[in-house]
This record gives sequence, C-alpha cells and structure tokens, in this order.
Amino acid sequence: MDITWFLVLSAFLFAIGAAGVLTRRNPLVVLLCLELMLNAGNLALVAFSRMHGGQAGQVFALIVMVIAACEVVIGLGIIVAMYRNRLPIDIDEMSELRG
Amino acid sequence: MSGTSYGWLVLAFPLVGTLAIAFGWLGGLRGRTAGWIASGAIFGAFLSAIGALIQLQDQPEESRSLVDSAWTYVATGDVKVDLAILVDPLSVFMCLVVSGVSFLIHVYSVAYMGGDRGYTRFFAYLNFFVFSMLLLVLASNFVLLIVGWAFVGAASYLLISFWYRRETATRAGIKAFVINVIGDVGLVVAAFLLLDQTGALDYAGVFAQADHVFGHNDGTLVAACLLILVGAFAKSAQLPLHTWLPDAMEGPTPVSALIHAATMVTAGVYLIARTHPLFELAPAAADVGAIIGTATLVFAATVAVAVTDLKRTIAYSTISQIGYMVLGVSVFAYGAGMFHLMTHAFFKALLFMGAGSVISAMGGIQDMDRMGGFRKAMPFTFAAFTAGALALAAFPFTSGFFSKDEILAFTLERGGWYVVLAIAGYAGAALTAFYAFRMVFRVFYGNPVEEARELEQGHIAHHPPSNPATGEPEDTDVGFPAEEHHIAEREWPMRAAMGPLAVLALLAGVVQVPGVSDVIEKFLEPTFADSHFHDTAPSDSSEWVGLLLGGLISVAGIAAAYHAYVRRRGITLQLRDRFPRVHAFLVNKWYFDELFEALFVRPVATAGGFGRAVIETRFVQGFIVGGATGVVRVGSSLARAVQTGYLRAYALLLLLGVALLILYFLLASS
Amino acid sequence: MWFEQVLFFLAGAGALAGALGVVVVRNPFYSVLALVVHLLALAVLFLLLHAEFIAAAQVVVYAGAVMVLYIFVVAYIGGADEPLRPEGGVINSFGPLFAAAIGVELCVAFIASGLEALDTRGADVGAGFGSPAEIGRLLLTRFLVPFEAASYLLLVAAVGAVVLARRRRGLEDIGALEEVGAPPDRKEPPSAETTLEVRV
Repeated sequence: MDITWFLVLSAFLFAIGAAGVLTRRNPLVVLLCLELMLNAGNLALVAFSRMHGGQAGQVFALIVMVIAACEVVIGLGIIVAMYRNRLPIDIDEMSELRG
Repeated sequence: MSGTSYGWLVLAFPLVGTLAIAFGWLGGLRGRTAGWIASGAIFGAFLSAIGALIQLQDQPEESRSLVDSAWTYVATGDVKVDLAILVDPLSVFMCLVVSGVSFLIHVYSVAYMGGDRGYTRFFAYLNFFVFSMLLLVLASNFVLLIVGWAFVGAASYLLISFWYRRETATRAGIKAFVINVIGDVGLVVAAFLLLDQTGALDYAGVFAQADHVFGHNDGTLVAACLLILVGAFAKSAQLPLHTWLPDAMEGPTPVSALIHAATMVTAGVYLIARTHPLFELAPAAADVGAIIGTATLVFAATVAVAVTDLKRTIAYSTISQIGYMVLGVSVFAYGAGMFHLMTHAFFKALLFMGAGSVISAMGGIQDMDRMGGFRKAMPFTFAAFTAGALALAAFPFTSGFFSKDEILAFTLERGGWYVVLAIAGYAGAALTAFYAFRMVFRVFYGNPVEEARELEQGHIAHHPPSNPATGEPEDTDVGFPAEEHHIAEREWPMRAAMGPLAVLALLAGVVQVPGVSDVIEKFLEPTFADSHFHDTAPSDSSEWVGLLLGGLISVAGIAAAYHAYVRRRGITLQLRDRFPRVHAFLVNKWYFDELFEALFVRPVATAGGFGRAVIETRFVQGFIVGGATGVVRVGSSLARAVQTGYLRAYALLLLLGVALLILYFLLASS
Repeated sequence: MWFEQVLFFLAGAGALAGALGVVVVRNPFYSVLALVVHLLALAVLFLLLHAEFIAAAQVVVYAGAVMVLYIFVVAYIGGADEPLRPEGGVINSFGPLFAAAIGVELCVAFIASGLEALDTRGADVGAGFGSPAEIGRLLLTRFLVPFEAASYLLLVAAVGAVVLARRRRGLEDIGALEEVGAPPDRKEPPSAETTLEVRV
C-alpha cells in the first residue's frame, strides 16, 4: 500500500477541517473542526512513522492526542463559561479584542 | 619675569577684574567699589604692559618677538593651533595704548556713571571689553585673533545696549553686532584661505610661508587680503560698513570714548598693520584699503560739518580719523599710522569725556542747537575740550599735527595716483579743523543758554528724563540712565582722567618730530623690519613741507570756523537755507542708511515674512510635518483595521500565512 | 494486498464522510456524531499502518472520552441549529478557498517529486512495530521528558477547566446576572475557606 495515499488523505482532511474552522460560527463546531485538523496531522505522523520504520512518529501522535484532549477541555470550559454568563454562543460576538 | 609672562599678566588682570565684579566677591559692592576695582585691574594691566615693554627692550633687536603658548587647541595633521600670545613691539605698543587710555576712561566713569542702577554691570562689561581687546592684540595666531575679535564685538553690543530698556539703544546694538558679524565672516574666510595655502595659522608661520607660496598679487592672496579688509572695515567703521558707529552713540559716553574712539575701532588698523607682509605681497588689496580709507575720511568729514548732535559729530570725526589711519597703513607708512592711532586715542577720548561733561551740564540733552556759552560755567571742561579739538584739527605742534600730517607726507611721497589721495586727505584735514572748532565755538562761545546760566548760579540743570533721540519720556530705574549728572568741575575722577589726556594730546607729538626724534618709528621697527617699503620714507625736508602745508590748512580751518560761529553768527544758517538739498544730503549721512535699508533690510525682511507664511506654515508644517504624521496616521488606521476582534478573521489570516509559507517551500525546493 | 487496499478505501471514505459531516451539518449534535464516525475510520487507518496502540488509544481516549465530553457539553448548552444558508462575507467566501489551497499545496508536495525522500513502499518493520510494548518502552526511555511534560499539561488543563467553569460569585451579588438576563442561580452560602476569586 502506497503510503502516499495516506498522506493525500491527511491533506484533504486537514483542508476540510480548516474550511470548517473558518466557516462555522458555533464555537463547539469550531472546536470539532479543530479536532479534524489535529487528527489529520496524527494520520500524517503515523504514516511517516510507518514509512521510515521508526516509532517516534507514533509516540508523537500519542502526545498530540494528549494535547488535543487538553485543548478540548479548556475550550469546552470556556464555552460553558460563556453559556453561564448568558453570552450568545457565537464566536463572532466575542470580539472584545478589537483594536 | 620674562616678557611673555608679563603678557599673560596683561590678560589676567582685566579678566580677574571682570570675574571679581561679576561675582561681587568683595561683599556686596556698594557705591563706587566696582568702579575702583575695575580701574585697579586696568592699572595692573598697564603696569604689566610696561613690564613687558622693559623686558622686550632688553632683547636684541632681531629677537624682539616672543611667543608663549599656554596649551594646544588643535594638533591634527598639519594644523597646529595654540593658545599663544605674541609679545613684540606692535602688540606691546597696542597694549600700552589700550590699557593706558582704558585706565583713564575707567577713572572717568567711576564718577560719570555714579547713580546708575547698572553701575556694577557697567564695570564688569567694561573690564570684559578691555580683556577682549588685549586678547585680540596679544594673539599670536589667527584663531585667537578671531576669538578676541568676536569677544570685542560682543562687548561692544553689551555696552551699546547698556541702557537696554531704550529701544533705540537695543536697535543700535543689534545693528552694530550684525555689521560686525559681516566683518567676522570675512576674517574667518580669510584665515581659512591662508590656512589652505600656507598650512599654518600662526603669524610667524603664515608670513614665512607667504613669501614662498604666493607670487606678486596672487589671486588667492588678494582675495584673502580683501576679506581681511572686510573684517577691518566692519570693526573700524569704514565705508560701507560704517553705519553702526554713529548709532552706537546710544551707549553711555565713556563707552563711546573707550570703544568707539580709542580702542575697538582701531582694531582694524592693527589688523592691517599686523598682516602687513601679506598686504605688501598683494599691493592691489592695499590700494583698495587706501582708496576706501580716503573716501571714508572725506565722507565722514563732510557729514560731521552738518550734524548737530554733539556725540554724533565726534563719532563721524572718529570715522574720518580712522580713515587716515587706514590710509596710513595701506600706503605702508606703519609708524605714522600707529602714531596717529595713539594720538587719536588721546584726543578723541578727551573729546568724548568733555562732551560727556557738557551733556551732563545740559541735563542729558545732546543737541548742539540748544547749547552755547558754557565757557564761563565750565572752565575746566572748556580747556580740556579745546585741547582735544586743537589736536584733532592738527594745530601746529600738537600731537595730531605730527601724526596726521606725517601720514599725508608719506602718501605724497609714494607719488603717482597716491597724490590724489593725499590731496583728498588735506581737504579732509581742512574740514576736520573746521568742524572741530565748530563744536568748540557752538558749545562754549556765544550767549550762555539757560542751562549754562543755571550752572553759573551753581546748580546743574535738570530736565525730565527722556530719550535724547526721540524725546520719549523714561524713568531712571535699571535699564535707563540715572537721574544724576556729573560734570568735570565737580568730580575729581573726571578731572584726573581728562587732565593727563589733555597734556598728552598737546605734547605727545614730541616723540615723533621729523628730523628730531622718531621714538615710535624706532620702537616699531623690529616688527616692520621685513617691510619692503622701508626705504621709501620721505626725507625730513619733504616731511616738513608736508607738515607746513598741514599746519596752514589747520589754521585756515579754525579761522573759518571762528568766522562762521563767532564773528558772524548765523551765516551757516543762511548757507543751509541757500543749499537745502546739499544740507539734507549731509545731515542724512549721504543716505547710506536708507540705501542699506532698501538694498538689504527690506528684501531680507520680506524674504523672512515669505518664509514664515509660506515655507514654514504651508510647506514644512503642512506638507512635511502634516504629511509625515498623516502617512503614519493613515498607515496605523489601516493596521488597526486588521484588529477586528473576530476570531475567524484571525484564523483566516493564519491560514493564509500557512498557505503562503507552504507555497514558498514548494517553490524553493523545486 | 487487495484486502488492504479495499479496507483503505472504505476507511478513507468513512473518514472523509465524517469530516464533511462535521463541517456541513447544521445541528451541532449531529456534527459530534459525525466526528465519532470519522475517528473510528481513522482508527482503522491506523491499524492499516501497523500502529495498533495508537489505534486503540484513538478509540478509547478520543472517540470514547473526548467525544463523550463533547456530547455532555452539547447537551448542557443545547446547540441551536445554525441557519441553512451560510451568510456571505469575506471570511465565508475566502476561507474555504484558502483551505483548499492548503490542501492542494500539500497534495502537490506529497505526490509530485517535491519530497524525494519519500519511499512510498514503507520500510521493513518487525513484528512488534507499533505494539504497546514498544510504545511503552519508548515512552519510558527515550521520550520520558515529553511523557512527563504531557502529564503535567493534563494536570494544568484539568485545573484550568475547573477554574474556568466555576460559578462567578461577584456577578450574583450585584445582581448583574439578572440584568444580563441569566436565571438566578441558587445562592451558595459563602464558604469559610477562601475561595478563588476570579473577576470576570
């Protein structure tokens, strides 16, 4: 099996995830799309690891999973805080950093 | 102590005097203390100058040129400039004249300026001036000369606008300073040209190199000498840079006596004498000097005949007499020129002192039209003033007689077209004698005016304080003259100063009587030994012919004045009415001020206004400054537009950046 | 082998479908479910790549724990459906464009001769490649520091999440929450020990 296919697939998944991050307004869905991108990266990492025969790629992918989990936790915490303070769940409304 | 140590002392005394007075160390400086400190400092300088003289005369003739350097300003490449003084006959001569006459004027001012709220400031400035003048004279290189030159200009400005709340005084001070700056520029550029060509800035170096580097009438040398002349004419008030001197009479009378008669204005003459090797190599420039000197001499004499302000008459007389000195050193009659400088210092200072006394008696009025008949009320002033006038008119056997006519004799001896200059000089002498005694007869003869009669009763006239030129009233607080008026008959310092000067004015001629004595000539010889015109001195007999001619002219002029002002009073008024245009031309000083106003002042003022309105306001402020800030403002608002606060916009930019980055790597690796 | 290729295409299709579902579907709950499908497909792909432990971790941790977390939050928040037609605007039009550009560029990089170091067949790997034993050995020897750092990161994230989602005391006291329109929470009595005051 050509490893290139896996890499191409990961590229597509990454692009789809990026399009989703830019297009959706619900922060939950944005986070989901972020997960897509991270998983695409994981796929690429594991594919390369298979290609070179080293297992460092797999360990890297594991750590990425940990990171993704942490990021999800914090992100969801923020969303919950938004809900608690009765702010609209819409990332376009969170524009107080405007200059 | 060596000669140069005395030289440093000569400089040190007035400097210490200035500082002491300025800081008022001696506990408060009440009353006339500042005046006596200042006078003492100058007397110390005078004694040091005598010490230097004695030391100098001890040296053999060839080595009467002592240079001492305190430290080195600049020593880069080929240029070496030291803080060094030069003690040689010429500088010692000038030191003696400057310090001697300054001392007497200081003593005079102790009494004259009494009561003025700025008394202490006056003497601080006066000492500073003497220090600067001595620095100028003792300098051994062009740099220190220029330093002294600039200081003297500054001191002159400070003293002319001494009564600084008078607008006429401050304007006169600015005028003097601006014209002096023109001279400064000329001098600095000349020094640069000399440095460029000869590689040296000290006199010894430049003069030694000049012979090798420059040919006869070399273009650069002529240019440098002409620039030196520009500097000299600005400082010595020669045509066309003379307009500041009559206005400088706004300063107190001792200032007029010291700076604008005896010392500062002679700096130009000293400069030409000092740089004589250069002028002898470039006779074209010397000829220019001679012509301008003569022209000035005639011009000023004609104006002095018509002007009615007492101090301004004496000012024009100064301009005229310095024309004689410039003529003298330009025809290479150095001894005669310096001799006239000395005698002129004596009698001109004396005349100003006398004028100060008279003006005090008049309660501050300077207009001769309102004076008359002070002979009985002020005998001492009358005697002193007449002594000075006799010397000015070159009456036979006074000091002025020998000095002025010696210059004219030299000029005649040069022959060729110099004879024209000599004739003009004699014509000027006639006018000089006339206006000198015009002053005497108008002020002291005739019916006593009201102020004279009051003085005969025993008290000085008093008028409400006002500006003598414009008549506007003033108060007597600091910045305006005091209400007190001091006349020589009542103040012994004034008599103590005027007396010796009167004696010198009458008798100092004995040192340089042709065929009998030539003290000055012999004394100055070591400095001028390298002059090529050494042997063109006129013989004694031709000198006596010239002197005879001059004496006759002088007597004729005095007689004419007597006739016009004593015997047949009113004849001059008739002349004035017969020739109103001529009179107006003379009284308005040949319209030089108006000419300069139109040629220089008005265009520059217009250009300045234009610059402010258009260039500064519209271009610089609006376009450049506004443009720069506008660009920044627009740029920053553009940058601010990116900060929308939308997360998705930021993400978009991020992804865009990533895409571009990958693109770059793709392209780079292909 | 043909078996691998078939499995690859099936799993690939499932991954793509899941991904598209996440992006396109309006209801956030259904997006979460689509992502679960995507993650499971990805696990199959990992298995194809001889990464057994990673595949297991993907299913257990990712599809199991993280997705459950998502579902909890969606249930709590109650995501509303987004409008069917996405509104216009710069971001909405250019966003997918740039994303597609990235995808294309990456494909070009992978397929074209840009990455010449690619050996597309894959190296020879031993039997224990990708097994838990191998991964565990690596984690505890060569990659010990990242391992420990990751655990520390998890700790920080946990604390951070608790802090972020706390009830904010100050707002209820001044009644600001009611102004904003929040339902008044039951008043908790201020506890004796000092609580972490976080100002909003």
